Amino acid sequence: MVSNYADIIVMRHYLEGAAQYASEVSPVPIVNAGDGANQHPSQTMLDLYSIYKTQGTLEDLNIYLVGDLKYGRTVHSIITAMRHFNPTFHFIAPDELAMPDYYKMYCKKYNIKFFEHQDFDSHTIADADILYMTRVQRERFTDLEEYERVKDRYLLKKDMLFRARANMKILHPLPRVNEIEYSIDNTPYAYYFQQARNGLYARQALICDALGITLDDIKNDKTIIS
Amino acid sequence: MKRQELQVAALENGTVIDHIPSSKIFEVINLLHLEKVSTSVTIGINLKSKKMGHKSILKIADRFFTDEELNQLSVVTPNVSLAIIRDFEVVEKKQVKMPDELVGIIKCDNHKCITNNEPMQTHFHVLDKEKGILQCRYCNREVTLNDVKLI
Ligand SMILES: [Zn+2]
Repeated sequence: MVSNYADIIVMRHYLEGAAQYASEVSPVPIVNAGDGANQHPSQTMLDLYSIYKTQGTLEDLNIYLVGDLKYGRTVHSIITAMRHFNPTFHFIAPDELAMPDYYKMYCKKYNIKFFEHQDFDSHTIADADILYMTRVQRERFTDLEEYERVKDRYLLKKDMLFRARANMKILHPLPRVNEIEYSIDNTPYAYYFQQARNGLYARQALICDALGITLDDIKNDKTIIS
Repeated sequence: MKRQELQVAALENGTVIDHIPSSKIFEVINLLHLEKVSTSVTIGINLKSKKMGHKSILKIADRFFTDEELNQLSVVTPNVSLAIIRDFEVVEKKQVKMPDELVGIIKCDNHKCITNNEPMQTHFHVLDKEKGILQCRYCNREVTLNDVKLI
């Protein structure tokens, strides 16, 4: 019904597969802006763009995923999206929020290298090209004592960065609570605010693509004042 | 086999589905929608079988199923024998083949899946026919054939 009013529908829905179903019945393009715990593809596009933009390539990178690797939809999507680019992953999480077996089996199936850590210090992250931080949320824990024990173990502090590679960039899907120390914000490693801005560009590009507008169309559009 | 040894009546024309595990007979009846068939259907349950000990058999008169209909049986009974009968003779034997897509046959076990919340057909991609691994087209949840529930 909404398709009578709009050229494109961007939808977020709590049920998984809702966008897929909508795309089968809608005459106008559907963009999935998140369907339950299933997918959030525009976040993945902006993450890939941020990695490419900061590293100049998507190939052969060391990618460190930190925090809630059990429920974090974004970190799962990065694994599937990076599959084609020979990454090496490092999973850093407390036991209760460890990377699910399903994704570890996925890595093995596609020969994606991965290492698991429980420690989080300057040595662990010394070889990182991308350090992808996520929130460790209290409501994810069944055992609150366990939460109290681990909640401060996966915070990134400025003094952990002195061994970091020059090209290393910190990403975070935002909003941040306290998992990245504020003093890191004005170091060259911080990229999470630009990453959020890249979300705008990635979504503009997605909408153009869905509407059949090409880069040449935009370059040749005389009505755009540059 | 001589006529007097038959455990259920012979069929003049139609389809015979043999070697059905007796525990699966009602699922087969449901899958083929035999409750809607108006010709005679003979159902034999817990018959003696050399191959299986006990088996069940279905004889459906004057009804010939498409491969698509028969292949749905692969979800519950992949090893049944299918025979097409014309004039009391077996004119064709068939095997059940697992199709690439299963539409409207099994339920998704993810209660947050759109297919469990909207009046729509389920749709599964068959990822691995040997291991029986299926994936929901909508929520991407994977299930194995041993765990599926029929609609
Ligand atoms: Zn599903």
